[in-house]
Amino acid sequence: MSDNGFEPRLIGFLCRWCSYNGADLAGTARLKYPPNMVPIKTNCSGRVEPTHIMKAFADGADGVIIAGCHPGDCHYINGNYRTAGRFPLMEKMLEQLGLEHGRVRLEWVSAAEGDKFARVVSEFTEEIRALGPLGWSGQFKDEAAAVAPEAVTA
Amino acid sequence: MSKFKFAMYWAGSCGGCEIALLEIQAKIIEVDQNYDVVFWPAAADFKYKDLEAYDDDYIDVCLFNGCIRNSENEHIANVLRAKSKVLVAFGACATMGGIPGLANVSSAQEIKDLVYTQAPSVDNPDKVYPQEHFTVPEGELDLPHMYDTVKTLAQTVDVDYFMPGCPPEAHQIAGVLDVVTAALKGEGALPAKGATIGVAPKSCCDECERVKDEKKITAFRRIWEFFPDREKCLLEQGVICMGPATAAGCGARCTSVGMACRGCYGPPEGVVDQGAKMLSTLASIIDAPDPDEIARIAATVPDPLGTFYRFGLAGSLLRRARV
Repeated sequence: MSDNGFEPRLIGFLCRWCSYNGADLAGTARLKYPPNMVPIKTNCSGRVEPTHIMKAFADGADGVIIAGCHPGDCHYINGNYRTAGRFPLMEKMLEQLGLEHGRVRLEWVSAAEGDKFARVVSEFTEEIRALGPLGWSGQFKDEAAAVAPEAVTA
Repeated sequence: MSKFKFAMYWAGSCGGCEIALLEIQAKIIEVDQNYDVVFWPAAADFKYKDLEAYDDDYIDVCLFNGCIRNSENEHIANVLRAKSKVLVAFGACATMGGIPGLANVSSAQEIKDLVYTQAPSVDNPDKVYPQEHFTVPEGELDLPHMYDTVKTLAQTVDVDYFMPGCPPEAHQIAGVLDVVTAALKGEGALPAKGATIGVAPKSCCDECERVKDEKKITAFRRIWEFFPDREKCLLEQGVICMGPATAAGCGARCTSVGMACRGCYGPPEGVVDQGAKMLSTLASIIDAPDPDEIARIAATVPDPLGTFYRFGLAGSLLRRARV
């Protein structure tokens, strides 16, 4: 627990064939990890569109994690390759938008890797805690209401 | 019969939309037969006080182009909303921010610093900046307050219809004016409020006549790096073409002359965020055997934000960059 009381709000998009089962395994094995991540079950990590990630950030998430089957293990043969293709481009674009590197994370977690799942969530929670709150919607103040002589001196 | 009242206004825009309206050619005479122009600063001498003196709902149809960039744009948007029965966000800037929306990667102060002190061609040793308020012997002079964040019209006031395009194509403008005029005369119905008008169903690819095959990209190229095949889909040749993530309606005029679609018609029906959708599309057609190679190819897009949100940043889910 940090001093300032900031608890990261995390969204996790978990593929139903591997990573969601990995999360279940972590639970049945009674592994302890922080409760900050809200899991969302998707059919495939390839189903997770950049739109979903942006919506999560726009609506108040501090970090987003996408977890899917290891390359070669996709239930739909190549869905996770799509994920892998989108991720670097999306990461670059989010950095252009001013999000720190690391706010969005891609992990391969199999159904047998409950321990990895717990470790990834723990790590990610602490990393986002260190980055601090994102507060995306907070930057849209009503500028019309704030029309006042502006300090534009050199 | 008295004529209907027509208004057109430019907020943060280049003036191309105004010219696009005249591009309907002889049909402008029909517009004149049906409408009195009661406010159109680009075409005739109207003052803001004339507009402000009108009764509410005095104007039958107002085509509002340009983004909301400063306090003057916002004020007139509010006035025109009150005075207009039908307010149309006209063109890419009013519907989704347009090219000026790309300013949302910076703050207003950063832009002023660049323009007035940092640009290589600027000679301003005393760091003179424009002042919003300035007193001269004749009285007080004011400039509008420039906002940090460019807004779309719908982020500012209630909008009845959205008509994208940079600028909207003449045949679409003519079609929309026909519908509106018929409705005002009681000979037809207006589309449902909030509809995007002057577009066609499906995506720009649907109107593009280039030959499309299976899309498998191994490298991205820019149009000056090679001679693209004249018949083949540009995206299949590695040129980033926004066609798949862009609404149809323009007639795919850019791709027909060898220029990739830049997305000015906005997202097709059902797509929330044009840039995110294009990113998704592009990553899905990269043809490589392993994730690392896919990632390497994807990372070669030099400016994903400016490419995928060339017209849509202000209206997108995230709206702006954090500064």
